[in-house]
Amino acid sequence: MRSMTRRASDITLTGHLAVPVSGSLRGRRPRHPLKDQALEGRQFRTRALIAFAVILLIVLLLALRYVYLQVVAHEEFATRSADNRVRVVPAQPNRGLIYDRRGRPVAENRPAYRLELVPEKVGDLEQTIRALGGIIELPADVHEEFEKQRRRYRDFDSVPLKFNLSEKEVARFAVDRHRYTGVEVVPYLARHYPYGDLLTHVLGYVGRLDADDLARVEEGNYRGTTHIGKSGIERFYEDQLHGTSGLEKVETNAQGRTLKVLERQAPNHGDDLVLSLDVQVQQAAWDALGDRAGAVVAIDPNDGSVLALVSKPAYDPNLFVQGISVADYQAILRAPGRPLVNRALIGGYEPGSTIKPFIALAGLELGVISTETRVFSTGQYFLPGLQRPFRDWKKGGHGSVDIYGALEQSVNTYFYTLARNLGIDRMHDFLAQFGFGAASGLDLLGESEGVLPSTAWKRGQFGQPWYPGETVIAGIGQGFNVATPLQLANATATLANGGTRYMPRLLYASKHAGDAQAERAQAPIALQVPVHSPPNWDVVREGMRLVVHGARGTARAIRPEPPLQIAGKSGTAQVAAQALDEDMDDSTAAHLRHHALFIAYAPFEHPTIAVAAVVEHGGGGSRNAAPVARAVIDAWIQQSAPQTEAAPQNAGAGGSP
Amino acid sequence: MRRLLPGWVGWPQLDPALLLGLLVLIAFGLVVLYSASGGSADAVYRQGARIGVGLAALLVLSQVPAHVLRIWTPWLYVVGMLMLLATWAVGTGRSTDRWLDLGLIRFQPSELMKLAVPMMMAWYLHPRALPPDWRSILVAVCILAMPALLIARQPDLGTALLVAASGAFALFLSGLRWRVILGLAGLAAAAAPALWLVMHDYQRQRVLTFLNPESDPLGTGWNIIQSKIAVGSGGVLGKGWMNGTQSRLEFIPERHTDFILAVLSEEFGLLGVLLLLVLYLFIVGRGLWISSLARTTYARLLGGSLAMTFFLYVLVNAGMVSGLLPVVGVPLPLVSYGGTSIVTLLAGFGILMSIYGHRNFIR
Repeated sequence: MRSMTRRASDITLTGHLAVPVSGSLRGRRPRHPLKDQALEGRQFRTRALIAFAVILLIVLLLALRYVYLQVVAHEEFATRSADNRVRVVPAQPNRGLIYDRRGRPVAENRPAYRLELVPEKVGDLEQTIRALGGIIELPADVHEEFEKQRRRYRDFDSVPLKFNLSEKEVARFAVDRHRYTGVEVVPYLARHYPYGDLLTHVLGYVGRLDADDLARVEEGNYRGTTHIGKSGIERFYEDQLHGTSGLEKVETNAQGRTLKVLERQAPNHGDDLVLSLDVQVQQAAWDALGDRAGAVVAIDPNDGSVLALVSKPAYDPNLFVQGISVADYQAILRAPGRPLVNRALIGGYEPGSTIKPFIALAGLELGVISTETRVFSTGQYFLPGLQRPFRDWKKGGHGSVDIYGALEQSVNTYFYTLARNLGIDRMHDFLAQFGFGAASGLDLLGESEGVLPSTAWKRGQFGQPWYPGETVIAGIGQGFNVATPLQLANATATLANGGTRYMPRLLYASKHAGDAQAERAQAPIALQVPVHSPPNWDVVREGMRLVVHGARGTARAIRPEPPLQIAGKSGTAQVAAQALDEDMDDSTAAHLRHHALFIAYAPFEHPTIAVAAVVEHGGGGSRNAAPVARAVIDAWIQQSAPQTEAAPQNAGAGGSP
Repeated sequence: MRRLLPGWVGWPQLDPALLLGLLVLIAFGLVVLYSASGGSADAVYRQGARIGVGLAALLVLSQVPAHVLRIWTPWLYVVGMLMLLATWAVGTGRSTDRWLDLGLIRFQPSELMKLAVPMMMAWYLHPRALPPDWRSILVAVCILAMPALLIARQPDLGTALLVAASGAFALFLSGLRWRVILGLAGLAAAAAPALWLVMHDYQRQRVLTFLNPESDPLGTGWNIIQSKIAVGSGGVLGKGWMNGTQSRLEFIPERHTDFILAVLSEEFGLLGVLLLLVLYLFIVGRGLWISSLARTTYARLLGGSLAMTFFLYVLVNAGMVSGLLPVVGVPLPLVSYGGTSIVTLLAGFGILMSIYGHRNFIR
């Protein structure tokens, strides 16, 4: 190496002489025949110059490329850059809260976390979901549900995968978060029903928004919404509760994570609703029913507001909010007594003797009977040409009774006679004014109409003529008659207030987000029943008072402490074809027992509550349904000052004696 | 003191123009890096430390005259080759085995070859009559091809390209005849299909994506598209320092390393890009000028080759960022964060400084 270097130096020193020297060592062929430093220097300079010229040219081309990108195509790229970072996302309005009339929250929003996934950002969807399943308990049908939901969203939207994550799941995900691009845990407000099954049949529930729901709402307003009212108040007042969706222009990074909000068009949060319902009254009805199936509806006769609406059995609505599991749903479907059915609204029962006050009023108002009219009850009532008698519930009959006694003791014979004299069509027309045979117009969906028979109805329904015997049993609410507890309660309220039939309301007031004052909702009046003679109404009401307060009243067992007076009427709906006995033997097999009914209102002088109670297979109405009605009335009357307050903070105020 | 050291050690005699150009470029680079790393002072300190090491190497090398370097050259080359082979055998690294763990430091032998190959080339051509004859050309091609192939195998196409090019530039500057150049170019073009066959899948994918980036906008085309959006949206004046949305929001991949030019373009606009190009042009031009001052073939070829290779970095990187060239892992010289490339590059400029300082040496 050293020799080589030295030699090279020699060459350099002597280069300009162009002397070949290499051959001088070891006698080899000259390896480097010629070395002209000056020439090589010039040659290098030429090459360097060429190189620089080429470099200059390339720099110019590069500069041109940047000029093209940054000047010529600038607009396009500026737009794409803006599109990149700014994303318009809907801002979900908070769902309105629901309170009872005393300001108790009955539907609230709780902070919770849900798992969301952006399909576009997630490489292998299957694999990601499987991996997530390791740290978060995902429902078995997560795939189908996800695909179903996904159709609603664009690829770069995030699709909710699971709601209401537990704290543990949130923590576990937080640790592993970096492993899941495109998956995020997002805080949200989850609907919660603190009273559970007590209010299910009133409030209903919210559930995951699906294609069917989208068909009935404005889709744009529901872009960011995951849940929608599926039944009950939640469904009926969906528009008010939901509010209007806002917009957020957010800056996102390449991973799609929101970095900051650039512009916000605030959503209009849903209205808070105040229901006329009183949870305490509701609870009293619920407890009074015990573990029996049945329904209770209580209405304030003064304004048609619903104080209680119970249907038993019920189910926990909170199960449906998170998406009910198949097993849970099967359990509810298979549960005895069909908990999904709202008996207060669609339970059709023979009104039985509870219809008698209305028949009595019909007789008085139409001049068919007067207070002087007396009927002799032998225990059996015969129609000409018919062998089989129509019976009284008391063997041997009640003897001679006027209208008061007929109501007090529920004397069938009196009403057989009256019905005969009224005829089915006049009965129909009169009873229709009290709302029988038609939906009451309550602010819940799915109400059934019941049946108020007439000759026209029967012809339409069966193509058959009306038989006189059918008129006779219609007089005691049997036969074709079907009424819902809601209809019975509303008819009772109409009777109590002297003929004003409201469309009953559960909504008492609503409050726009931001408003200080709640806006009172008024129950619309469906019909003002024409009053021919006010004293006739007093007669019927007195008859009903005697049911509870008379010496022979069928419901004298529920007589309250003075000064409270209750007016009521018991009834029994036939289940099996067997003779009607008001006081049926309790040993009869449960499913064969009659349904017990009771209607009532109180206080007698200035009614503030009208109740209808049905206890399925309860047996006799006075013994089984009357105590339920009494419990409801007590709960309501106990609130000495039943001042309704819309503002939630007034909850619990107002001392009771 | 003086007597203890070799006679050629003296006060640094540096080319003020080249030094100024380098320092302005480095300063500009650090400013851009601060923004590109998301306002991380830490990244700037680390980069500063590397630059410090690089500048130290520059100062030391500037004191070593070319003829001394020339003595070391074959050893350096041989050691570099051995290390490359060692890397091949026992390399450590994340996805690619380009690192050699020497216990205390991890070292990229391929970086060393960026200097060793042009040095070896100059060393080989130095004593020979130029333009080189066929035999010399053949040997020269072997000198550059052996390390280039080993590096390409690692696989590090970018560095392999730079290493091969640095040798080729020396050959070019040695006065290779035009017909030979054209012949070799033709040969290279003919070899392209063969290259395609030996390429890794991801390398092929890069080429395909380069040809049509929109074919896979979220996959492999993402880098190119986002980089172009960043550059284009910068406009003439740019979005302002620290204000580049493409960069801040992480749309630009590798934004503080290979794609730092996209950040610069976005935030400083066309003016920033032109300033950068002018700086590079000045540095390269000055490097070539210094090389032409040298009195020995070795110094001339080595200096000229280093200057041209430096420019090749710029061309490949700026072309990649603007979508003119496929994505190849070549940093923007002296600006991109990290790697040992900064030290290597500054060491190269140390050699140029030395050539300048010893320009009157004729040894």
